[in-house]
Amino acid sequence: MSAFGAPGERSESGQLARYAVSPARRRKDRLARGGILACTVIALIPLALIVYYLLRKGLGAWSTSFFTTDPTGNTFFGGSSIGGIKSAILGTVEIVALASAIAVPTGVGVAVWLVEYGRISWFAQTVRFFVDVLTGVPSIVFGLFVYIVLVVGTGSSYAGYKGSIALALLMLPVVIRSAEVILLLVPAALRESALALGAPRWRVIFNIVLPTALPGMVTGVLLAVARAAGETAPLLFTAAYTQKTNFNLGGFMNSLPVQIYKDVTSPTTAVVNRAWGAALALVTMILLLNLIARLIARRSRLA
Amino acid sequence: MDAAAIPGGERSVLERSPLARLPDRALKYGLTALAALILALIVYFFIRLVGQARPAFAKEGVASFAFGNDWNISAERFGALPLLVGTLITSVLALLIGVPVAVAAAVYATELCPLRLRTPLTLLVELLAAVPSVVYGLWGIFFLAPKLQGAEQWVADRLSLIPFIGGGLVTIPNYFITGLVLAIMILPIVSAISREVMSTVPVDHKEAALALGATRWEMIRLAVLPYCRSGIVGGAMLGLGRAIGETIAVTILIGDAPRLGHHLFAQGYSLAAAIANEFGEAQGVHRSALFAAGLVLFVLTLLVNAVARLLVSRAARANSSGAPVGSQAAGGMTALADTAAGA
Repeated sequence: MSAFGAPGERSESGQLARYAVSPARRRKDRLARGGILACTVIALIPLALIVYYLLRKGLGAWSTSFFTTDPTGNTFFGGSSIGGIKSAILGTVEIVALASAIAVPTGVGVAVWLVEYGRISWFAQTVRFFVDVLTGVPSIVFGLFVYIVLVVGTGSSYAGYKGSIALALLMLPVVIRSAEVILLLVPAALRESALALGAPRWRVIFNIVLPTALPGMVTGVLLAVARAAGETAPLLFTAAYTQKTNFNLGGFMNSLPVQIYKDVTSPTTAVVNRAWGAALALVTMILLLNLIARLIARRSRLA
Repeated sequence: MDAAAIPGGERSVLERSPLARLPDRALKYGLTALAALILALIVYFFIRLVGQARPAFAKEGVASFAFGNDWNISAERFGALPLLVGTLITSVLALLIGVPVAVAAAVYATELCPLRLRTPLTLLVELLAAVPSVVYGLWGIFFLAPKLQGAEQWVADRLSLIPFIGGGLVTIPNYFITGLVLAIMILPIVSAISREVMSTVPVDHKEAALALGATRWEMIRLAVLPYCRSGIVGGAMLGLGRAIGETIAVTILIGDAPRLGHHLFAQGYSLAAAIANEFGEAQGVHRSALFAAGLVLFVLTLLVNAVARLLVSRAARANSSGAPVGSQAAGGMTALADTAAGA
């Protein structure tokens, strides 16, 4: 940590250390440090490779028509006849927007309850624990849940809004935990002064606590949105797949991850190239969300 | 209150009218209900999943579902051993490859690297978490797997005497490549949790080690790592949970072999991959068997994550000396690190 500033550094390479540490130990130290550095570099190599290949293959697939046309099933002539990813982009935006509209109010509500009412009661601790555990439930299992309840349960077919609900379940624990962390950072003095002025609890929450915590919570929400936008598995048997642009969340709906998944398995090179283009578009979208989230986090007064 | 009470039993001027207190009550009970709803939802899902999976268990028997080495759709035989073992092999491989690298990266970021490099380094590792699963699959199958096939074949030939590893023909989709890509995918979360736990090591301990003449490495080995052990194990288990449940990348990379592969570089199958691959066309018992696979996946990840959470929160609590509110915040911070890494 920062306590290892200049003095600690100097004593090690300085006069005293040179005599105190035996050559064998120094060699071991060098070796271990070298190994740690090497591992760190190894950790960064995949990122570089992925970014490089995404840009190389993805940019080649990009063109204006790539973003303005729907994918077609016509793969025989290759090239432009296979269409673009318009329906996939619009589908992802719609599905994720509805998912956020469900998950954010619910998640913030539960977080407020945990911080303001539940606190450290056993019930609150139980909820906290299960929310944490929920973070680790595989996304495909959420897809199965929604399938059982909304497709088998209602007897109707796949629909975009069912995909949104699956994604909302996925986002929920992330939103709850990140909002809770921020709400805990709101100074108790702010709450107490409002209460002392005679404000009822609900006004303290809505007029003092939530506005103070807002910028920090936006960060957590954006990270959750970014996570949901990249998910394929929960959408496979909830929103399914269709080529046409569809603005009706009650019907089948395309999305970027599902489009990529469908295209990966294709034997046609042009279709695989469309997958690279779509992947670059998806990663760009997610990185932008991450970037915005981090910028907001930096400007937030809390955390 | 009594002093301010109006004679005749009316309410005091300091008290709010019952009507004004209504929104307060409503909010409190509404939010409590919302929190309870989450618990109810988990239980409800579990019951429904068991209900859907029951026909498959009834037909196959629980034991032959878990240990039958034949996932044959046309013959309606559903022994999930190839899927279960595939999931376990790839996840364990991911841990073996991913955890040492992730922990080393965390040690480098917290103890060794120059201060001004720390933030960019952390950010870069976390960027790995921003890449969606399907993109890992795409990159793995079209870049990594073909590039490494030669090297894998070389290793398989050299180790041909060791059973389960060498001797066979290397296919492009296989267990090893899946485990490798999974290792990359769990790197950010394991690294983030490790970093979070390492930053709670008291400076006193580290300075004491250095003052006693320890080298940097000895300080890390004697003061930092033992202090963080349970936190790192917890982080690794969270990574294990991720690897077990990872679906799309695995589906693309593992190949769809209905029987257990004979060696590390053969095609296999996993629980999640079978669901993603077959669910769309599944009917009857087949569909029920896939629900059963989902149930196994759910229970497995639930257990792994529960243990992981206990370890991580215990590490955070032990390290942040005592006060309940403080420990809660510390647990929350690990959750935030996890969130950032998971995004």
